Amino acid sequence: MKKRFIVMNSEDNCATSLEVILKDEEIKIKEDKIIKISHNIPFGHKFALTDINTGELIKKYGQIIGIVTEDIKKGDWIHTHNIKSHYLERVANE
Amino acid sequence: MSEEFMGYERPKGKVGIRNKIAILSSVSCVNHVTEEIAKKVENAVALTHPLGCGQFGPDFLNVQRTLAGLGKNPNIYGTIIVGLGCENLKSEDLAKNIGRAKKPVEFFNVQDFKGGGIALIEKGIKVGRKMASEANELKKESFDFSHLILGLECGGSDSISGITANPAVGIVSDKVVELGGISILPEFTEWIGTEHLLIDRAIGQKAKRDIKSPLKKLIENTMKVGIDFRGVQPTPGNIEGGLTTIEEKSLGTIAKAGKAPIIGVLKYSQQPKRKGLWLMVEPGNDIESMTGLAAAGAQAIIMTTGRGSPTGNPVAPVIKTCGNPHSCDWLSCHIDVDASTIITEEKSIEDIAEIMWKELVEVLNGKKTKAEELGFQDLAIWRYLAFPFPMN
Repeated sequence: MKKRFIVMNSEDNCATSLEVILKDEEIKIKEDKIIKISHNIPFGHKFALTDINTGELIKKYGQIIGIVTEDIKKGDWIHTHNIKSHYLERVANE
Repeated sequence: MSEEFMGYERPKGKVGIRNKIAILSSVSCVNHVTEEIAKKVENAVALTHPLGCGQFGPDFLNVQRTLAGLGKNPNIYGTIIVGLGCENLKSEDLAKNIGRAKKPVEFFNVQDFKGGGIALIEKGIKVGRKMASEANELKKESFDFSHLILGLECGGSDSISGITANPAVGIVSDKVVELGGISILPEFTEWIGTEHLLIDRAIGQKAKRDIKSPLKKLIENTMKVGIDFRGVQPTPGNIEGGLTTIEEKSLGTIAKAGKAPIIGVLKYSQQPKRKGLWLMVEPGNDIESMTGLAAAGAQAIIMTTGRGSPTGNPVAPVIKTCGNPHSCDWLSCHIDVDASTIITEEKSIEDIAEIMWKELVEVLNGKKTKAEELGFQDLAIWRYLAFPFPMN
């Protein structure tokens, strides 16, 4: 069976789509966890596994990939519109 | 998982997985002579390049170290160096350097040869054939993985590489390190955004400094000529493909290095002295990067390639793996391990790592990679910019 998404690490709060997932589709993450997708998610893009507030961090591979700039709800598409790199700030603070 | 492989014993405790004769140009002026000799000698590879003269300082030393490293690579039984005679990278010096590996090495200069290139081709073929017949007498023996140096390359990446093939390579790399071998992660421009993680994994203050320093130099020096390296990543194509931040992109790249601690940071083409996972300061260009890995002594390279790449290396076999179902279909003639079944079937990253491991062992044992079968033997040497500023 074709896999629709992948979660890289158990600590991650986002999943990566492996095909286009349409708005309002219900995605079974685990036996007891179903997420309703709130935007069309293109192939290779990310969606949220939980609610994540502004200022909180996004994790993929079990590592920080960015900081939230606009509150994210479970099932939301995650991309440049609601998260940004944490890197330049970190380098600037060194 | 199999824990031994068959190889050729070389002096100084080294093991080759191929038994090649290297015909090596010390300077580009004699490339044709080198190629003509290699055509007529069994198991010979022509190591030609556009360099070897008019170079100075660190740029010169870098090219010298790389060419010598290719000759020293344990996949090479012996080396014939072809020089011109007036170049600043002297064939004699190169022969001395390669000679430290205690393997057969000969050198000839066109200018010192009555009859010039034509006579030298004839002589080279004769000497090469003798070397090849000696090489053929060697029998393969069984060795453990402490004898292996594995290069971890990626090229023609897409947003799928970092979530399929790369983490599977990371499992293979960890296994090599666990078994006492060496893995090398090159392409330092793709560590940007993950330095803090690499530094956390580095053992000792020197290794930590050595990770930070080349990236700092890169960013500072490129800024002097008006380029902010940090601002150009991820690229518009990456973003369209779903990569949101530089950290996310680089995490995909460094996934190839698994979870093992980092022993230290090598210069381009520098040979590692201790076992474990190393980083190497090499560029993002695949061919230059894999030449540096082979010169550092890597007997095999695994290359992940999302969009697909046909390339191979003349010294170290390159096993190519791809996680993109379309590329695996269209470019199947170039892909050794199909990692797209992570997407198209219920395969896990661990399943693919196991398939990859089996393929690695088979290639070490002599199975030809797709690039070897097709004859892709690309060589390019990364140059430290001699003039790092615009000329006009």
